[in-house]
Amino acid sequence: MSSLSREDVAHLAGLARIELSDAELDRMVGELSVILESVAKVQQAPTDGVAPMSHPMPLTNVTRPDVVRPSLGAEAALAGAPEAEMQRFSVPRILDED
Amino acid sequence: MTDLPTDLTRATAAALADALATKAVSSVEVTQAHLDRIAAVDGQVHAYLHVDAEGALAQARAIDERRGAGESLSALAGVPIAVKDVMTTKGLPTTCGSKILEGWIPPYDATVVTKLREAGLPIIGKTNMDEFAMGSSTEHSAYGPSRNPWDLERIPGGSGGGSSSVLASFQAPLATGTDTGGSIRQPAAVTATVGTKPTYGGVSRYGLVALASSLDQAGPCGRTVLDTALLHAVMGGHDPMDSTSIDAPVPPVVEAARAADVRGMRVGVVKELGGKGYQPGVRARFDESVALLEELGAEVVEVSCPNFDYALAAYYLILPSEASSNLAKFDAMRYGLRVLPDGVDDPSAEQVMAATRDAGFGPEVKRRIILGTYALSSGYYDAYYGSAQKVRALIAQDFANAYEQVDVLVSPTAPTTAFKLGDKLEDPMAMYLNDIATIPANLAGVPGMSIPSGLADEDGLPAGIQILAPATKDERLYSVGAALEAALVDRWGGPILDRAPELGGVAAAKGA
Repeated sequence: MSSLSREDVAHLAGLARIELSDAELDRMVGELSVILESVAKVQQAPTDGVAPMSHPMPLTNVTRPDVVRPSLGAEAALAGAPEAEMQRFSVPRILDED
Repeated sequence: MTDLPTDLTRATAAALADALATKAVSSVEVTQAHLDRIAAVDGQVHAYLHVDAEGALAQARAIDERRGAGESLSALAGVPIAVKDVMTTKGLPTTCGSKILEGWIPPYDATVVTKLREAGLPIIGKTNMDEFAMGSSTEHSAYGPSRNPWDLERIPGGSGGGSSSVLASFQAPLATGTDTGGSIRQPAAVTATVGTKPTYGGVSRYGLVALASSLDQAGPCGRTVLDTALLHAVMGGHDPMDSTSIDAPVPPVVEAARAADVRGMRVGVVKELGGKGYQPGVRARFDESVALLEELGAEVVEVSCPNFDYALAAYYLILPSEASSNLAKFDAMRYGLRVLPDGVDDPSAEQVMAATRDAGFGPEVKRRIILGTYALSSGYYDAYYGSAQKVRALIAQDFANAYEQVDVLVSPTAPTTAFKLGDKLEDPMAMYLNDIATIPANLAGVPGMSIPSGLADEDGLPAGIQILAPATKDERLYSVGAALEAALVDRWGGPILDRAPELGGVAAAKGA
């Protein structure tokens, strides 16, 4: 099984939107490799012809009647926001400026 | 009728409920007794992240007034409860043990919390836990670990170590838990308390901070099997707000706990759970419990579940994969922490999110998110996540085969007694091994319970026995658990928690 390089972990952390420090990266590379080696055991199980199972119970789609019901008001929904403005979530820029 | 101890915190929830119903005691008195106990001992135990004295007493007063007015109330009305901090509580902080949610006050109640409020249980506080329920010791809590009342230098289990230590130190008669891989059962085992993971879908997940949605299950924690059953009946039942909620009545758990009858039941000892890696004292107490079940009229056989050997590996792929997706919602935009990156002028949303998640998540959460991101990435998906899902099917098949031969399965709950704080913190795989016996039930969705089996000879610390039943047959856990509990308590000459050391402080003088 492939073990992870420092670059791999940095890339994965980027995908997961976690800005790791150099010290964290160093630690994580070793720890994740040990864990990966251990969980790779699933590849030794007799899984030929076995259908994957995603959920413990058979799932059925659940709907409710299409009627209006009360929901959180703007004030309650914004109560935990790091920043709010004009009854909206205020967020950092999402586009690059040129 | 009911014989209440002088110290109300030593009473069972069932006894308190009876005394409240006959007005022998008021909910305010019971709630105040527990608040006093918290003030006396929680400085040492650190079981609570937040105590709501004012709110709990207000709820207690309201219940006393309604009872005084002759209103007919639910069985546990007036009995205070501690709520795991993974459950949203309107107006009360909910942190899930994480810095990223520090100070967050949810605008709504989890369905479980709504049910507790409707049943009239004063919510006394929120209990400590490993961050986002990732851990087996509470050492991954961003707010510091809870301590095991049996030995304050040891772990109370996890992730629900706040709830287990609350119960074992008499800081509440009941508590809630959630169990994704053992977080109700393993803490119960190492503190000599009782905990049930119901059938997947048996208790609503609405308003729980999700860890791994296909594995998460909320459940009851208590000091006796009957208390746990009474709480199970309050927490359980169909919820239209959770699409995986089972649309059927709660199984007859209270009736089963009261009947406490195992005569004629077929009990299977799982061959794969209990060999290498299990502490001799844990094993010895387990063997004695099995022998007791036989004396009580159960038929005991050995059962093999060969694919359980792959359960831990499958779990540590499925859980991180689901967690990496579930925790993506902590993006610093709508609620929770927002941290700006150092030395960046006008940072982007993406940079703010990455800086916030670095500052707000602890090491175990980061490890699991990155592991899950890897397991789900193209090129590795089939080898890791895909294989794990097939192993999951094999494990469910093992259970199905076993339940053709027996009514319930049993094993030790955890391989060891409580270890010392710090012992496994630097070795993630060693920490993961604590859940080796509890994980299969989550993968297959079947219900499980842990009850105390005694104290291990080598260290005098509690060990637990796990009982597993087929999906939706939760009442069988209570039949077996209550029968075994009665026989064990008889043998011990009293509840096992009577043997726990007295904690220092004011309460030490009171005793049982």
